Amino acid sequence: MATIELQNLRHSYVPEPKGPEDYALKHMNFTWKDGGAYALLGPSGCGKSTLLNIISSLVTPSEGKVLFDGRDVTPLTPDQRNIAQVFQFPVIYDTMTVYNNLAFPLKNRGFSRQRIEERVREIAGLLEIEPLLQQRAANLSPDNKQKISMGRGLVRDDVNVIMFDEPLTVIDPHLKWKLRSKLKELHQSVQTTMIYVTHDQTEALTFADEVVVMEEGQVVQIGTPVELFEKPAHTFVGHFIGSPGMNILPAEMNGEGPSFHGTAVPVANPPARLEGNERLEIGVRPEFVRFARKGESGLPVEVLKTTDTGRYRLVFARAGDTKLHAILPEDESEAPTGQAEVIFDPERTRLYADGWLLEN
Amino acid sequence: MAHKTENPRAWLFVAPVLLLVAFNAFIPLMAVINYSVQESFGNNLFFWHGIGWFEQIMNSERFQATLLRQGFFTFIILAIELPLGVAIALTMPKKGFWVPVCLVLMALPLLVPWNVVGAMWNIFALPDLGLLGATLNGFGWEYNMTSDPFDAWFTMILMDVWHWTSLVVLLSYAGLVSIPDAFYQAARIDGASRLSVFRFIELPKMKHVLTIAVLLRFMDSFKIYTEPFVLTGGGPGNSTTLLSIDLVKIGLGQFDLGPAAAMSLIYFLIVLTFSWIFYTLMTKNDPM
Amino acid sequence: MARLTRYVPLLYILFLMLPIYWLVSMSFKTTNEILSGLTLWPQNFTLENYATIFTDSTWYMGYVNSITYVVLNTIISVAAALPAAYAFSRYRFLGDKHLFFWLLTNRMAPAAVFALPFFQLYSSVGLFDTHIAVALAHTLFNIPLAVWILEGFMRGVPTELDETAYVDGYSFPKFFVKIFVPTITAGIGVAAFFCFMFSWVELLLAKTLTAVDAKPIAATMTRTASTSGYQLGLLAAAGSLTLIPGAVVIYFVRNYIAKGFALGRV
Repeated sequence: MATIELQNLRHSYVPEPKGPEDYALKHMNFTWKDGGAYALLGPSGCGKSTLLNIISSLVTPSEGKVLFDGRDVTPLTPDQRNIAQVFQFPVIYDTMTVYNNLAFPLKNRGFSRQRIEERVREIAGLLEIEPLLQQRAANLSPDNKQKISMGRGLVRDDVNVIMFDEPLTVIDPHLKWKLRSKLKELHQSVQTTMIYVTHDQTEALTFADEVVVMEEGQVVQIGTPVELFEKPAHTFVGHFIGSPGMNILPAEMNGEGPSFHGTAVPVANPPARLEGNERLEIGVRPEFVRFARKGESGLPVEVLKTTDTGRYRLVFARAGDTKLHAILPEDESEAPTGQAEVIFDPERTRLYADGWLLEN
Repeated sequence: MAHKTENPRAWLFVAPVLLLVAFNAFIPLMAVINYSVQESFGNNLFFWHGIGWFEQIMNSERFQATLLRQGFFTFIILAIELPLGVAIALTMPKKGFWVPVCLVLMALPLLVPWNVVGAMWNIFALPDLGLLGATLNGFGWEYNMTSDPFDAWFTMILMDVWHWTSLVVLLSYAGLVSIPDAFYQAARIDGASRLSVFRFIELPKMKHVLTIAVLLRFMDSFKIYTEPFVLTGGGPGNSTTLLSIDLVKIGLGQFDLGPAAAMSLIYFLIVLTFSWIFYTLMTKNDPM
Repeated sequence: MARLTRYVPLLYILFLMLPIYWLVSMSFKTTNEILSGLTLWPQNFTLENYATIFTDSTWYMGYVNSITYVVLNTIISVAAALPAAYAFSRYRFLGDKHLFFWLLTNRMAPAAVFALPFFQLYSSVGLFDTHIAVALAHTLFNIPLAVWILEGFMRGVPTELDETAYVDGYSFPKFFVKIFVPTITAGIGVAAFFCFMFSWVELLLAKTLTAVDAKPIAATMTRTASTSGYQLGLLAAAGSLTLIPGAVVIYFVRNYIAKGFALGRV
């Protein structure tokens, strides 16, 4: 178990990178706390697997260091780093029994027979695969195979970190949910640092205490699921997390505050100081958009259509060329049609400059 | 993966293949069986001979010696070509510019007409004029393929290794490149040694292609005729007379059709039995 | 250790190239040079041997004959194997497994066993000494192989493709030709390569079934070597020329070779 620090990390798969676009992983400083359950979330190709492979030493970073508990482990091999990794597709040793699969990492490290037996039984118990122990691993179902892959990581009780690289890709939807809760439960009982890589926000938000969102080779936000939802640090996070994602409207400064197409929009973070050449955007989640009541005035929009999901109603609207979503609670009596006006909750409406949340 | 449906009309799809193969296999096989139970005194006169030829062949020292020679040859070339082919496949680059270059160069011997293989090695092994022969003689080994049985065997086996090892290499290589990187990475994380990686990942994943390799090499080494015939003509003496060479000597050379046919059938049965046993053993544990 | 193993493929390729080099280098030597002793490369470089081959019709017709029956065989084998492989990959029917194994046993049949009956069979139907006879005879071992390879490729194509096509109103023949065959071109390429290869290298049957009109180049070589004395240079030149079609074919399918070997019943 260890605290993992990434210092000035950069990585490029091109031998001589020229510009920032050649880097799969841009400049990065980050610390993973000991015993945390992290999710690494981002779209395909954002560099999250690269980052994972750098931590596990399957990839050597072009620049920077990886530290485990303050010790530089950058030149060490995966087995010297003492980490475990579960891959997208189950990796099992076909010719061995389930028992021997689980015992393999321990045997390679010269553990005693008795100790191996103990650990394997314990982990098999946790994963609920005891009845399979004497079977050949080759003929199992994908979810059991993936459990064995996980088990091989878990049998070593001294691993620094266990990493999961989209481990539920090949699992049936109804088993996905079960395995995910199993994982969460395991984390609570073994208290090892776990990093879970995924592009699925539901998986990330349910598994992790802290979610690291990546885009185009850099970390855009680190936070609890609630923080990511309520206070996205980047328009990308706002858009990527939530369904539908955050509404993003181009804005300009008009006197004291930001405005959209001439209508002033009050925000929670009015800028103290601006350069003047930033690209400004207003971000507000559909959950915090409501229609103006009688006597109120808001932003004029054209309602295109409304769909009822059963739990809430989703309104598709347009303000100028900009699309806008609004989520209305089920109880509100009539859904507006045609021309209407909307009001954003000012406490949850934020201004972004060049994509990033403005600090005030 | 395709799932199959019941369809009796599928026979129509198979009909062209059946017709062609039946024409080529069934009729000649019937002819061979027919010869094998008859005695001929020339002039197309045939008499029923029962299993006489089979008894005679099975008890003939000549056949036993040839069979032993054939078995020895097959055993040696399998023992050399399989490990060698796997070793070469393991050391080949997995990607990059050199992969197609290696593959093309290695596949080249497979596309040389069989008698050209024999002729090429004959020229190569000439004791005074061939590169191989002259070099070996230069090292003080009194090498002469046409007079020394050991030298003849040495050349014949070297030729077969030259000709067919690439088949094992290509098959093993195809098996190896189909292993996803995650398996190697997982093994590194599990702390597996190089030997363990080979034993528990590479070998099991190559099992299918190696089964095919063993089957093909076994069948083809039993069938081998042209290359050793052109190389040594079966000599010196009978020392390199393998099954097919002997068969052609008896059947086409001496026109002893009955014994030749009986011998063919025995020989065919041996190959079939071995292949079947091996195939069953290797595929026993597979989920189908 | 790791650095040393990199040279293993290199050494192996060197070993493969040596006899080929010797053959090719000898083809450029004069008979005098060959018989006068060992020279590592041609001292008096000559094209005389090749000139002989290209001016004598018994020589160059040998090439034409060989290529003719090889191409014929490849077309017949693949065309017949396509529907059969489709049936094996898509349908269950009475005796399918036994049929498949029986087909494969023909791959094991030694040519030497069949030489004489083949001669009689093809003589009796009047096909002796024709290209089609050799092409048909070679289907004995090429059709099982083609079925084997194609079936492997076809199993990888999901049945949904077939179903979608029927829903879209395609008839079976139209679906097969317009949709299915194009999706497995790689497989067809690999199967054709193997048919070409095994038909090109086989000699025993080809020689038995021909006399003059369809005589393969390889057979011309053996005859020349025995009748016109010790013409090593000429033999080497003819041998060198037989390497070319193989090399050309390999070059075209180089990216599929490894894949093709892996398929079949894998």
